[in-house]
Amino acid sequence: MIQECVEQFACQAANINFNVDGLLNGFWQLTVDGLSWGAIYALVAVGYTLVFGVLRLINFAHSEIFMLGMFGAYFCLDMILGFSPSGNAYNKGVTLTILYLGIAMLFAMLVSGTAAVGLEFIAYRPLRRRNARSLTFLITAIGMSFVLQEFVHFILPHIIKGYGGSNAQQPIILVQPKTQFTIFSASVSNVTLVVIVAALVLALLTDIAINRTKFGRGIRAVAQDSTTATLMGVSRERIIITTFLIGGLLAGAAALLYTLKVPQGIIYSGGFLLGIKAFSAAVLGGIGNLRGALLGGLLLGVMENYGQAVFGTQWRDVVAFVLLVLVLLIRPTGILGESLGKARA
Amino acid sequence: MRGRVARSAFALGSAGLVVLGIAGCNQSSPEENKAQANLKIVEQVQIDENGAEVKAPEGVKAADPAGDGKATCPPVSIAMAGALTGPDAALGINIKNGVQLAIDKHNAANPGCQVQLKPFDTEGDPQKATAIAPQIVDDQYTIGLVGPAFSGETKATGTVFDQAGLVATTASATNVTLSENGWKTFFRGLANDGVQGPSVANYLKNTKGFKKICVVDDSTDYGLGLSTAVRETLGPVAESSCNISVKKGDKDFSAAVTQIKGANPDAVFYGGYYSEAAPLVQQLRDAGVTATFSSADGTKDPEFVKQAGEASKDAVLACPCGPATGTFVDEYTKKFGMEPSTYSTEGYDLGTILVKGIDAGKITRPDLLDFVRTYDGQGVARKYQWTDKGELTSTLIWIYKVQ
Repeated sequence: MIQECVEQFACQAANINFNVDGLLNGFWQLTVDGLSWGAIYALVAVGYTLVFGVLRLINFAHSEIFMLGMFGAYFCLDMILGFSPSGNAYNKGVTLTILYLGIAMLFAMLVSGTAAVGLEFIAYRPLRRRNARSLTFLITAIGMSFVLQEFVHFILPHIIKGYGGSNAQQPIILVQPKTQFTIFSASVSNVTLVVIVAALVLALLTDIAINRTKFGRGIRAVAQDSTTATLMGVSRERIIITTFLIGGLLAGAAALLYTLKVPQGIIYSGGFLLGIKAFSAAVLGGIGNLRGALLGGLLLGVMENYGQAVFGTQWRDVVAFVLLVLVLLIRPTGILGESLGKARA
Repeated sequence: MRGRVARSAFALGSAGLVVLGIAGCNQSSPEENKAQANLKIVEQVQIDENGAEVKAPEGVKAADPAGDGKATCPPVSIAMAGALTGPDAALGINIKNGVQLAIDKHNAANPGCQVQLKPFDTEGDPQKATAIAPQIVDDQYTIGLVGPAFSGETKATGTVFDQAGLVATTASATNVTLSENGWKTFFRGLANDGVQGPSVANYLKNTKGFKKICVVDDSTDYGLGLSTAVRETLGPVAESSCNISVKKGDKDFSAAVTQIKGANPDAVFYGGYYSEAAPLVQQLRDAGVTATFSSADGTKDPEFVKQAGEASKDAVLACPCGPATGTFVDEYTKKFGMEPSTYSTEGYDLGTILVKGIDAGKITRPDLLDFVRTYDGQGVARKYQWTDKGELTSTLIWIYKVQ
């Protein structure tokens, strides 16, 4: 605590620590936890970065695509797989749990992917037809973000009983976090393991898809120079849909991984802060740059976890955004630079 | 091409899961899903500011709004003001239902004296309450008020009721300063915020005998204020190495949990609301922290148990609000189709006091005000008798436990 603050209440409100020991003692644990958060940020960040690369649009409604993915995963577990919400862990065993998680993840990806493409159709495509200015797109994105949030807040409860509304969903916990093994004194739980491995695999596959496949080449071509790409026979509209779809699918996968970590987080407003963090991660790594988004996500997750160990838990978000500002001061285009179209991405 | 993309994307997902399977989280054999225990928040004891248990007086029956059935009165009405719509409506409706039950019981028993309840919806908003207060005051038939419900609206309208001489009994406004405005018509039906912190801290320290307590707050006005009071009262028992502030809206408390685990406390006190308390207690239990979890009125909500499940078991929750007991529960549940909840009991008790006054022939505002000022009687939740400032003479806090 800073000694200078005189009045006790003010002192408590500004309860900032400087606890380097905490960082050093818990270094490996903080790294592992941070990586698992960073992996989720990274998956969501890909959605921001791809859309920005192709359309030069910051899709602020992407956080709500993520939020819909959480509800999708929940719906799948609750209605399709028949897990009644209880707040207690089911612990069905490795094989079954992974099977159920797989099904829920695919369903969440389906919901988010559909929502992302639907968003493109309803909100952005009509604007593109009318050659709207980029500011209009931005405002629309923010507007859609609110529309989707309030839809879940007020309308969803009337469509599916017990869904949406002001309170978080009563959690369905498939598996209780349990330490599996330790690396350098950091205990790695089953949940952390699933999150990191699943996210890394998805990130790797996305990277291959963008850099090694034909449609990936199309995306990069449109990002680099959409007019020329169109002249070369690339369908711009199809590329745009594909881009939204990939972003949505990854957001859905991230949503399931997030609910695994935070079962109580399924609420209409639950995507907002995470979305902003993921967007920051994309900017940090260089927006428009796929590998930048992945790197930015992991870095942000780890750094904010270190930050909260040093300064105190409530400073976590502050650390994340200060880091963003500092990096942008030194490298305005982000760590890896802005280059979805260029060879590096 | 679109189809190919979708196919590849699904392939990505499935491939990821296969890898997971190979990576093999070597989990122990499948556990049986724990039978869904019916955990509930159940009242334990009433405590005073020193944390000592105060036994309810034996054999004293709660005042019955029905009275002797022989009362006669001209048509008069009692107003109720609070949030009946909007995000905070649940509490307002709880209070209104409590008052409604008291009045209906009275009217059914006393054909010669029919009292009407006039509810006013303030949405819990001080500005709306300011617009509504004159309507209440201008109605000549209204001689008593239960409300306003929240501290902000009570503060904004107290002067209006004071000038009109209309007795305003609040079932839920707990801000300490409300009784310091010199209003002659303000009566608070429960203990204020200044009592809760010290009471629960002393209860944990003295009655429960905990030697090391981690105090966590959520950085809101409410949570920080309460936690500050708890920390001050606990003194050295509040372990400084796990004095933690988290942020309302956070759901991941891994850093706080690590810190608490390191301190190995006997108990954890959380000053904040149920939406964060539920994931916090669950993450503590997952990490193997077995310390008693305690919190206060912000957490005393059925939603806390719903969200935290088994992890909420044995949590100790303090609340100035009284429990619903005896026949009141059955009557309330039968009438409104839901169980009485936070502040229903206060609404019922205050409504009862007002109709008792009417039955005693106090059918003008000054008479009823005098009646309440000198009232001394047992209710469902507690004994009601007020000081000159409108605070209860004995301000007790209820301790609840999830079991």
